[in-house]
Parts: sequence; C-alpha cells; structure tokens
Amino acid sequence: MLEIKNLHAKIDEKVILNGLDLVVPTGEVHAIMGPNGAGKSTLSYVLSGRAGYQVTEGTATLDGQDLLAIAPNERAALGLFLAFQYPVELPGVGNANFLRTAMNAQRRARGETELDALQFLKLARVEMKKLSMDDAMLKRNVNVGFSGGEKKRNEVLQMALLKPSLAILDETDSGLDIDALRIVADGVNAQRGPNFSALVITHYQRLLDYIVPDRVHVLASGRIIRSGGPELALELERDGYAQVIAAAA
Amino acid sequence: MQAATASFLARFAGLKFRLPGDLAVREAACAQLIQDGLPTRALEAWKYTSLKPLAEITFAEALSDVSALDPAHLPGFFSLLPDLDLPRLVFLDGRYRADLSVLPEAGRVGQFALQPRFGARVGPLDLLNTMLAEDGVLIEIPADVDAGTVLLISLAQDTKGRPIAFHPRHRITLGDGARLELMEIAVGQGVYLHNPVYDINVGDGAQFTHLRLQDESRQAFHLASLHATLGARAIYDSFTLGLGGALARAEMQVVLGGEFGMAHLNAAQLLGGTQHGDFTTCVRHQAKHCGSRQTVKNVLAGSSRGVFQGRIEVARGADKTDGFQMNQALLLSPDAEMDSKPELQIFADDVKCSHGATVGALDEDQLFYLQSRGIDLATARSMLVRAFLAEALSQITLAPASESVIRAFLDARIETAFGGIAL
Repeated sequence: MLEIKNLHAKIDEKVILNGLDLVVPTGEVHAIMGPNGAGKSTLSYVLSGRAGYQVTEGTATLDGQDLLAIAPNERAALGLFLAFQYPVELPGVGNANFLRTAMNAQRRARGETELDALQFLKLARVEMKKLSMDDAMLKRNVNVGFSGGEKKRNEVLQMALLKPSLAILDETDSGLDIDALRIVADGVNAQRGPNFSALVITHYQRLLDYIVPDRVHVLASGRIIRSGGPELALELERDGYAQVIAAAA
Repeated sequence: MQAATASFLARFAGLKFRLPGDLAVREAACAQLIQDGLPTRALEAWKYTSLKPLAEITFAEALSDVSALDPAHLPGFFSLLPDLDLPRLVFLDGRYRADLSVLPEAGRVGQFALQPRFGARVGPLDLLNTMLAEDGVLIEIPADVDAGTVLLISLAQDTKGRPIAFHPRHRITLGDGARLELMEIAVGQGVYLHNPVYDINVGDGAQFTHLRLQDESRQAFHLASLHATLGARAIYDSFTLGLGGALARAEMQVVLGGEFGMAHLNAAQLLGGTQHGDFTTCVRHQAKHCGSRQTVKNVLAGSSRGVFQGRIEVARGADKTDGFQMNQALLLSPDAEMDSKPELQIFADDVKCSHGATVGALDEDQLFYLQSRGIDLATARSMLVRAFLAEALSQITLAPASESVIRAFLDARIETAFGGIAL
C-alpha cells in the first residue's frame, strides 16, 4: 500500500507539491489527472527519488517503509517502478544486459538467486511475445532509435519482468497511437491482481478506457482536490479541468 | 630541455661505435637533437604535454647488456597476453627475442632498418629514436599476399629499480594488394621509457589493420611515433587503446599519397590517478578521393589528463577529400582534464571535412533511469562508462578467426584498468 501524507516538495525554491494526501491500497489501480503544471510528474519523481527535488514536509511510505529516506535503487527493490514519460536512451548499453542487470540487482537486494543468461532469455521472450515485441529488441541499445511506441512497450516489458508491487505510469499514453495504446494497456492490465497496485498519471481520459481505474484523483496546484470513481474521469473530459477545479475551490 | 637530452647524448657517445646500422644517420640525428633539444610546451605540437618528468630521471645506460628482465617474471607477463596460436614477435626490454618469437609464414621478417622513409616530418622523438635505436622488426609482405594476424609484443621491466630506456625501430612494408593484421601489446613493470618509431608503407590496394594496446606500467613513459604512407586504394585501419603509462603519447603521421586511400586513426584512452595520455594525429591528404576517419574517446578519472590534437591537411588538388574527426571525453572527476585541439588546413576546393569535440560528465538522466530500475549508483556509473567506451571499441575491425579472443582480451584489460581507477 502506498500512503502519502501532507507531502510538500519544491524544486529550485519553487513549491510544486503543497500538502498532497493519497492512499493507494494494494491491489488497486488509481488514476491521477490534472492540468499542466499541477505537479503530476513531480509526484512521480519525488516518489521514485530523482535528484533535484526537495521534500520539505510530509511522508511517503510503501507497505510501511519510508520511501523518502532511501536511494532510488532501494525503492525499486522494495517494489516501486516508474514507467517514464520520456524513456531515456542508453547508447552502448544492450537492452538484454540492462534488463538482466536490473532484474538481478533487485533479486540480490531481496535475497533471491540471480538469473543466468538462459533463464533470463526465457522469461524475456515470454513477456516480449505478449507485447508483440521482436526478439531483436533485446540486442539493440536501450531505447536508442526506438519509436515512441517501442519505447513505451519497452517500459511495460521492464515492468512485466521486474514485477513491481507499485507501478507509477507517468503519461504512458503520450505519443502512442491507438494500437500501441491498447498493447501497452493490456500489458498493464496483465499485471493487475491482489499484489499489484498502480498510479496512472494522465492528462486524458482515453487511457482510462483501457486501464479502468478503481479511483480517480484530481491534482491541482500540488494537492489532490477531488477524488471519485471512474466516472470522475468522464466528468473531467466533459467539463474540463477549469470547471472542476473552480467547483472544488 | 637540454638537461633531458644530456643523458641520452652521453649514452650515444658511449655506445655509438657498437650500434648497428649507418652511423652517419645517427650522427645527423644527434646533431639535430643537440640543436633542437627535446620539445617544450612552447612548441605548438607539445602545448599540452610536458616532457619535464622525463628530464628528472636518469635512465640506466648500456642497454646492450643482456636484458635484466628476471626470467621468473616471464610467466606473469605471458599471462597478460591473449591465448592465441598466432605468429608473434616478442621484445624484452626493447630487444628482440628469437627464442620467444614465432615467425609468420608469409612475408619476410628481419631486424631493424634505420634509414627513415618519412622525409621532412621528423620530430624530436624520431631523432632520439634514430640516435639510439638498437633493435626493431622489419616486416615485408610481398604483393598480393595475405599475411594474416601477427602479434608484436613489448615486455619491459626496470633493472632492479633502475629506470631503463629503449627505442625500437620498426619498419613495416606491405606490397601492392598485400594484407596484414598486426596486434601490438605493450606491457611492463616499473619505470622505463619505451620510445618506438614505426615506419609504415602500405602499397596500392593493400590493407594494414593495426591494433595497438598500450598497457604499460603506470610508472612508465610511452612515447610512440608512427609514420604511415599509403598508396592508391590502400587502407590503413588503426586503433590505439591507451590504458597505461604515467606519461604516454602516440603521434601518428599519415600521408594519403594515392587516390582513394583510406585512413582510420581511432583511439580510446582510459586514464586515472595522475596519468597523462596524449593522442596526436596529422593526416595529410595529398591525392584525390581519399578519406580519413578519427573517433577518439577518452575516459578520465582522478586528476588524469587527456590530450587530443588532430590535424588534417588537404593539399592543393586533393579534391573530393572526405575527412572526419570526432573527439569525446567523459570526465569522471572535477580534477580530470581534457585538452582537445582540432586543426584543419585546407588548400583544395571540393572537400568535405568535419570535426567535433564534446567534453562532459555522466548524464544525470541516464544515471537516474538505471537507478530507478534497481541498479545502484556505482554500478550505474560503471555501466555508462563501459557503454561510452564500447562505441569506440566497435570501430575495431578484426579477422573473424581471432576476433572473439582479442575482444575478450581487450575487455579483460579494460576491466583490470577499471579496477585501478575510481569511477
């Protein structure tokens, strides 16, 4: 379970998160929607531990463990996964080597045995098939020369292999056509179950047609100003953020 | 730098009647060296590399004495070589060892040719070498013969703590249409000066692949000068991997003398501590339709210093020249430094020449991406450094028969070098 209490964060003296409260129980998928500049990406970076953000107040825990006190790789080993809005290209780093190094780093941190090259390949091929990814993607450098859709699929592949308990999907729908969106959404839905929760960050309702959330939250000016069921996303789509924010004020 | 020259001149005075070859050539080099001295940083070509540390050392004389290398160290040295059943030319402390060498079947291998073929571009280290050279190989591959892969190995060790100096003189000649792949490995222990000169001629349509691993002792001086002249449609494909030496410089002078010649002068340096590594090139395009390619990557840790000076000269009439130069440096510490100096001198009209240089630290976004997947910071850093080098190493083209062993060998040497520096 992800529990965020009264979270305040700033970057370069600019306050972005301003008393954010949020609980995502294990097994549930929650969506966060909000206008540009509301703090959506900041929330994902603060939770995953990117440098440059300063938390001035509040707490964030995953299954009772303090996320904010530990390094990004330790958060990952606890089960946190961030699917990047803009996946980073790593020239010279082979995708297979990257994936196996990441899996084994987490397995080691959890006291599990490491995978050898063959065991890894077997697992990777199964998941790649589900995502309609060509095996050749393993040999290529991480995200280098990948199309927008391929990059997002590669993010979902990492999620499928790393099996996080909490996935944060940061505008995973941006830059995707309908077919790619469906494949990516299917990949996320395949992870759903009693031990998986997700925080789906998006501008648009469209993604939520495919990944149907248990709860929808509206983020504005660094706080959750309204929460509701999936129907809230439809209301936002119909009325726009301005009206919902004004009504909540 | 008269002080530095003095000990070498004294040595020449003591040795000269026992040195092989044409004494007049040596005397001329000696006279020139007396006049010029060793270079100082006042010279443009030596702006970033000081030979001062060399002046502070007195090198033991009389290399003509039997090599002082302790035979007990030989197995250790040989464990540093790739496990390849290939012809090998082995030098110990600069002296050719027939007993440790295996001659190639193709081509002629002899010893030592002093008379330089590289004409006007004789530098101070060429003079020093000409004056004191005692040994070296002479490789001649006849026209249209493929000589396969040959190893050229230099093993060195100071004499019970006394620094030594050696100045091998290598002459490599490929006849028209000939092929040779030469893999050089220079390793050693302690303080010494390795000052080789290469006099290379690649005939029309010939192809010379030249892989150089400079993995000298971290206290050694490695000052190499390479001169290559290419015929029409000739290919000189070189790669220098610089890992060792306290002070190292490889200077490559290449003349593209016939149409459609191609020169690759690629390099990678991985330095830490107070190491200084200088890769200096000068490519002279003198004929039409020639190409030159230089990709030089530097990884600099500690307070190490990397230098790249790349000069491209395009003569009048050398139209359709295609020259490319790229220098990239990764600085892993605030105390590391990269000096990069491209120089293009173009006298022809229809020419494509480009150069670029980047110097930077590891990318924060890339580091965070790796960390967010569970990889700790130290491992993430090392992955990105290896990735940076991998791109340079991918420039190496090798014969399929030995490629995998040589690549594994280079990877292992790089791993060892990583172990010695703080990423």
